[in-house]
Amino acid sequence: MNVAVRNTAPPIDAGALKLQAALLRGKVIEMSHAAQAAHLASSLSCADIVTAAYWHVLNIDPARPKDPLRDRFILSKGHAAAALYATLAMKAYFPIEELNTYCQDGGRLAEHPPANLLPGVEAATGSLGHGLPLSCGMALSGRIKGEHFRVFALLSDGENNEGSVWEAAMFASAQKLDNVCVIVDYNKWQATARSNETLMLAPLREKWAAFGWDAHEIDGHDVAALAAAMQRVPNGSGKPVALIAHTVKGKGVSFMEDDNNWHYRAPTAEEVVKAKKELGLT
Amino acid sequence: MRNAFADELTKLGNEDARIVMLSGDIGNRLFDKFRDKHPARFFNCGVAEANMMGVAAGMAMNGLRPVAYTITPFVTTRCLEQIRTDVCYHEAPVTIVSVGGGLAYSGLGPTHHACEDISFLRALPNMVVICPGDAHEVRAALRASMQQDRPVYIRMGKKGEPVVHPGPISDFAIGKAITVQAGSDVCLLSTGNMLPEAVEAGHKLKEHGISAEVVSFHTVKPLDEDCLRKAFAKFRLVATLEEHSLIGGFGAAVSEWLTDTETQPKKFLRFGTPDAFFKKSGEQEYAREVLGLTGHQIAEKILHALT
Repeated sequence: MNVAVRNTAPPIDAGALKLQAALLRGKVIEMSHAAQAAHLASSLSCADIVTAAYWHVLNIDPARPKDPLRDRFILSKGHAAAALYATLAMKAYFPIEELNTYCQDGGRLAEHPPANLLPGVEAATGSLGHGLPLSCGMALSGRIKGEHFRVFALLSDGENNEGSVWEAAMFASAQKLDNVCVIVDYNKWQATARSNETLMLAPLREKWAAFGWDAHEIDGHDVAALAAAMQRVPNGSGKPVALIAHTVKGKGVSFMEDDNNWHYRAPTAEEVVKAKKELGLT
Repeated sequence: MRNAFADELTKLGNEDARIVMLSGDIGNRLFDKFRDKHPARFFNCGVAEANMMGVAAGMAMNGLRPVAYTITPFVTTRCLEQIRTDVCYHEAPVTIVSVGGGLAYSGLGPTHHACEDISFLRALPNMVVICPGDAHEVRAALRASMQQDRPVYIRMGKKGEPVVHPGPISDFAIGKAITVQAGSDVCLLSTGNMLPEAVEAGHKLKEHGISAEVVSFHTVKPLDEDCLRKAFAKFRLVATLEEHSLIGGFGAAVSEWLTDTETQPKKFLRFGTPDAFFKKSGEQEYAREVLGLTGHQIAEKILHALT
């Protein structure tokens, strides 16, 4: 039986994580501008969650992206691909220069993460509601094979519209998949409207709890708190863990924050300069 | 076919620790033996097929060999996007096994009929589509599926169908049709649970002095092109038989092949279900009779085409 030796969790360096999150935001803003690609606000919204996962929580080795004992991170909200690509590049899964090929003809960095093409991408996502069932299957495979890894799935709030999310939620609790952690990027917007005016998600924490999850609300921009909460998985409750992360769409750039036009809009060169200045990245 | 599947799965599960059984809350007691021997590798996934298929893909992406099983429409069209995106796009070696292909569950009504599944699944990249003709073919197909690394769809009938093959098929290969009965005038290419009707049609034709070759064309994708080439070259008439819509199924696949290879058939007939829901109550035998899919009706139509 293979048993992962988990790295002893180092103390959380909040300052370093905040800087890393700012660097990630700067990178996705540049990528969105260069490619004139959509979904920038969705990437900014989850930047602190992705940063906490990759720079503190996940037991991963970029040199061995297929290590059977690695923790899995599933970007179920695949439209935030830029945040994943930039993070993987900064973690040296592939050369940082490859980010320049984002959305370019013939590249590996399409607008949604591809299958079996780019090191570090665990699953091809983009169609919402797929990441959690896949995560459950991966978690069960670990249980069957005696590989003690964890699976983190990042869902958008709009994604909670999909029935398959709730099928998987019931399955995970029935199977007591306490090595699965869902983080919902609850920025209160979906593609074209306010989430709770579209399909009623509220009360979202209570919904996940009612589906048998150990569900908690958390500040989705407190990168240190996110790191601590994710690091606790499995947390001894015997249940899968849901972190309902309250976020602001477009977080980090004043003129993008909570303005849903940035779900599709890409920034001009001038706006990139302005945004990076706000992020302290001049 | 169903019981053969459960039995063979149990045997395979004993031999291969990668095999995991996922059921969509059907098969009451059917998997008791598998379950008893491998409780950690059996999951009743409930009436939640989209999740079941995603779970299967996640397992297959991590080195296991899951088998996802329920009634045909629910394990195919109900969760088609999960099959396409989670299974096929990731090239995840999931084996999808369905029970009740075609009109096997005729009496349950159109919600439980499946005359479109071959069409949908063969359009998916990386997918292999196998429609076994009897219980021996089910066993062989399941075994073959576990010995390769691609997504596979195995479309079964129900239980208690006539067994056509005399015994276990030792040389079964995916994509290699099996000649059940040699003949010289016409060739009946049958896929799936129509095989006993094909054999019956062969008998009827013989009574009229027509020698029919009967082929179990179990793999619809990839097509056995060698078999097709020989059949269209040799026989006066070639017919495809399937309990599936004429739109997009086995006969359609052969038609596409004829066009793409610029093959001119002497005579080519396609037997299948029409572009309509079969709404009346009644069991499979009744439905086949109404739709002209029984052996004697097929023989009559072929005789007519030959005159």
